[in-house]
Amino acid sequence: MESGIGHIISQRKGDPMKPGIRWGLVIFITPVLVWLTVLILLPQVDMFIMSIRAKNELGEMVFSIGNFKLFFLEPIYWRTFARTAIFSILVTFLTFLITMPIAFYITKVVSPKFQGFLSVLILMPFWVSELVRVYGWMILLRESGVINHFLIKFGLLNKPIEMLYNDATMIMGLVYTSMLFMLVPLLSALESLDNSLIEAAYDLGGSVWSIATRIVIPHCLPGIVSGSIVVFMLTLGNYLTPNLMGGKNGLWFTEQIYNQFIASFNWNQGSAFGFLLLILSSGIIWMGLKLTKQTLGKVVQ
Amino acid sequence: MIRNIPQTKTYSRGFRLYVILYFVFLFAPLVVTCILAFNDSMFPSLPWKGFTLEWFTGNTMEMTGIFNDQINLDSIWVSFKVAFFVSLLSTFVGTMGAFLFEQENFPFKQLLFFLMLAPLVIPGVILGISILLFSNTLGLFFETHFGLDVGLFRPGFWLVVLGQFSFITTIVTLIVSARLKKFDHTLEEAALSLGATRFETIVHITLKFLRPAILGAMAVAFLMSFENFNTTLFLVGSQATLPINLYLQVRDGSTPVINAISVLMIGGTSLLALVNLYFSKQER
Repeated sequence: MESGIGHIISQRKGDPMKPGIRWGLVIFITPVLVWLTVLILLPQVDMFIMSIRAKNELGEMVFSIGNFKLFFLEPIYWRTFARTAIFSILVTFLTFLITMPIAFYITKVVSPKFQGFLSVLILMPFWVSELVRVYGWMILLRESGVINHFLIKFGLLNKPIEMLYNDATMIMGLVYTSMLFMLVPLLSALESLDNSLIEAAYDLGGSVWSIATRIVIPHCLPGIVSGSIVVFMLTLGNYLTPNLMGGKNGLWFTEQIYNQFIASFNWNQGSAFGFLLLILSSGIIWMGLKLTKQTLGKVVQ
Repeated sequence: MIRNIPQTKTYSRGFRLYVILYFVFLFAPLVVTCILAFNDSMFPSLPWKGFTLEWFTGNTMEMTGIFNDQINLDSIWVSFKVAFFVSLLSTFVGTMGAFLFEQENFPFKQLLFFLMLAPLVIPGVILGISILLFSNTLGLFFETHFGLDVGLFRPGFWLVVLGQFSFITTIVTLIVSARLKKFDHTLEEAALSLGATRFETIVHITLKFLRPAILGAMAVAFLMSFENFNTTLFLVGSQATLPINLYLQVRDGSTPVINAISVLMIGGTSLLALVNLYFSKQER
């Protein structure tokens, strides 16, 4: 019996010295390997291969870095790219600024009676489809929208103004869409902050500002980083919000990719753009992790 | 400051005002969308012209309610089917993944783990186009080498399912893994030493323990699939899912039917969210 358990445990722990096939491992690893190889790894490799091929003068597909060269030569492409990157960073920062006090209020200020209710209430809207939320904003903000209706009714405006289709509205929409992904890690980070630390700082004469910057924010840094990574990535890859709320003269990079694929049908160019977006998103995330000395595995938990 | 520290009135009032404004900001678009679904008007805007249910049940040329709007009903049905298959598939593979990463050891485990996390870092649009490209490459390969025309490789229902499955499975794996981490392995060992096979142990002991997490993950997978837009956009064929179909209508001007659909979606997702909350409470 003794040896039986030992045998079982060694099987579970996966003793590499042991010969023979471990059926448990085979059964678990097969679907996972198929999923990751066929749907993640190979498509990304294929996209990269597509991106370094283009038609030559004879109309044959050959190796070429022309797709990437075009990106740097055409200002509209790299400008859209830079614009998307900068706006995404701005959105991430604004999302943090707006949600941090809310997370603090729910975890530290409001009486514990309402705490559970408020934290459910605050996450509820994000279960609703992004499309419905953007549509709600469109109804509110457009020229014939609800806000214009009230502004005119109360005599604050003579004729309705178009509040949609500009950068400010688009940024607001992007912040609104991504707040959840900042709130969740902030709430859990603040929950683990011991109140007595804040009390001690207060008793020693710390101001609100110095308590915030020297105690609360350093403690929450891991949560802030993981929230920022997710918000940044989702904003960068967003298509719906910039497309429906943004201005017609200011494209988002995902719209450029979409245009190459669906409108121009230039899949090689589109792949190059897609690859560049992938590099940008993983590059900035990698930098964020390095700067704050964290790992992706840890951030995900 | 925090609740047990005395604070000035201006400070606490200012803070409370900010929180109230935040909640208004949070709920305004949803509340307005819902209210305007019941407005007796041809456009989703004010002024209020009286209460009506026509945008749900109407069946006239001018006012076709959602229950009689065949195109929108079809897309809702497509979304249901997609979400059904995605949640089933991703829950199955994701649970396998959780067992794999929590209970097994093998060479290059860390590498595979990072590959499993990759869909979190890859924008949904990129996942969509890369799967579109790859399926197209495969389709060409089969056509030139075997003379086979495989429908699966063209944009359509199953490609949408696979595209959504590719990243939702990661989420399921993480949710189930989190629960599996808390599992007391002596229970498994007890079952094994009492003569159960590994398979019996997993079915009767481990899966029973994981059930709330698996059901919760399934609900999350269903919701994420039902609402997905970014990945689906590139893979969709002639059968549009609800978000794609709504997007086309919203972009080209809209009628209050979209508000009526939104009301149904808000109701449905809130219900699913509550189910999920219930299961995560059960999990403790």
